[in-house]
Amino acid sequence: MFGKTVKELGDALRRKEFSSTELTTAYLEHSKALNKEVNAFITFDEEQTLAQAKLADEILSTDNATALTGIPIAHKDIWCAKDWITTCGSRMLENFRSPYDAHIIKRFKECGAVTLGKTNMDEFAMGSSNETSWFGNVKNPWDLGRVPGGSSGGSAAAVAADMTPASTGTDTGGSIRQPAALCGISGLKPTYGLVSRYGMIAFASSLDQGGPMAKSAEDLAILLEAMVSFDDKDSTSLEKPTVHYSSMINKSVKGLRIGIPKEYFSDEIAPDIQNGVQDALKEYEKLGARLVDINLPTSPLSVAAYYVIAPAEASSNLSRFDGVRYGYRAPNYSDLNDMYAKTRAQGFGAEVKRRILIGTYVLSHGYYDAYYLKAQKVRRLISQDFAHAFKTCDMIMSPTTPSTAFKIGEKVSDPVQMYLSDTFTIAANLAGLPAMSIPCGLDRNQLPIGLQLIGNYFDEAGMIAAAHQYQCATDWHLKKPPLHNV
Amino acid sequence: MSLSKQDVKKAADLARIEVTDQEAGDALGPLEKVFVLIEEMQQLDTENVEPMAHAQDISTRLRDDIVTEKDQRETLQASAPAVEKGLFLVPKVID
Repeated sequence: MFGKTVKELGDALRRKEFSSTELTTAYLEHSKALNKEVNAFITFDEEQTLAQAKLADEILSTDNATALTGIPIAHKDIWCAKDWITTCGSRMLENFRSPYDAHIIKRFKECGAVTLGKTNMDEFAMGSSNETSWFGNVKNPWDLGRVPGGSSGGSAAAVAADMTPASTGTDTGGSIRQPAALCGISGLKPTYGLVSRYGMIAFASSLDQGGPMAKSAEDLAILLEAMVSFDDKDSTSLEKPTVHYSSMINKSVKGLRIGIPKEYFSDEIAPDIQNGVQDALKEYEKLGARLVDINLPTSPLSVAAYYVIAPAEASSNLSRFDGVRYGYRAPNYSDLNDMYAKTRAQGFGAEVKRRILIGTYVLSHGYYDAYYLKAQKVRRLISQDFAHAFKTCDMIMSPTTPSTAFKIGEKVSDPVQMYLSDTFTIAANLAGLPAMSIPCGLDRNQLPIGLQLIGNYFDEAGMIAAAHQYQCATDWHLKKPPLHNV
Repeated sequence: MSLSKQDVKKAADLARIEVTDQEAGDALGPLEKVFVLIEEMQQLDTENVEPMAHAQDISTRLRDDIVTEKDQRETLQASAPAVEKGLFLVPKVID
């Protein structure tokens, strides 16, 4: 039963080829064994997982089964799941057992999906390599000496290594797409506001968005149907008519105008990535799409603006971790202020502290206009660039990342080098646009290359269809990492 | 711009994160690199540009101020570091 997509597993479950309990037990054993090498999961909870599988088997014996009933799904450990340890990759929440379900966790439960485990991630989703996790770095299944990307690195590695049929992630500046690219899987960040943030531990609230990660675009459609729903507990959740993404995947790309932003095809990109992406674009032309040159002139400043806005929001969001209501508290302190300061000094890792300091600084008296307000203005211009571009094209394509998976430790000493690995992904978050990454080749070291698709607002169905058409014509998404070496 | 060790210590104090002199010094180099990156924004003329605070130009939805949750005090306090008689315990602040 391994190596199959969510679509195939769902069909097999409903045909009674095997039960959810059998499937889930097999995945649990397989994942636990592989996890010793890959470290993609922080928590397994066999008892809760198998109880859900048993429940799913009961639903499967009726006519009420959905496409996800009985399918094990791994959730990024940023999502609160009732009675599950929910750490957000931090010492601060090492022992935090969530008293409630995030909205999307509740939705997956309603669909009869099974929670296989909670996946490793950069601490509080701050990182692009999974090296900031308190629970040790995740290793890339394509080369265990390399990073899986981040921050949803555990979710990406788990899908790549087939430790789970699919997973969930979150994307604030590329945290679904960048690890999807580096691990050779498909991942989608929806339009801001489509997936509820209720129960997602907040990083930068105006940018954070949850989304699915899977082996194929078709699976992304199935997962997205469960994840998108209006939620009155998230004040930015949008009320939209239900879209049946999976019934729209066969839409042809004939006549599709694909915008090629010249700013995203600079010489700084690894040559193998340039070639891989060019080949993918040729494939799209063969399928009937047309390439259109576009400009996103402000996009080179997206990383700069992001590293003001995201830390500013984070410094506010993370003030809740004070050792009073939940999480870590320092063992020794002299008074209340000292308790806060020691708790936060010991509970947060270096990168999280760095971002809190940046955010505190840019918001502090005398600097607000020069940094925060300036960044918000740059954000407006970036957003307007896209609006202008979408007058002449229907979808934008580019490399997802400037390089393939880099070596563990390679970028830890220079935060800016690390930040620049999200250089092509951040603009979509600033504008709130949907974007995805799909595999489109392997480089000279047999490492996956990602193709980024950026759609117009609410064009998830069009993007998934375009990705599916590509995956019907090519087999890059079927390539498997050489995990027999493990 | 150039950051000083004092700037780092001041931000850390505002953020309630204890830093030693040594840590503030060590943090300085990487932070300066980040601010060189951030300063790239200043090259762009943003006169007359409306700031964009959010991913979409929508006003936040409001709701009626009514109780929607049942009492779950014990459940919600189960993860607290120190609780007594339904209250969160912190070090004494008033003598």
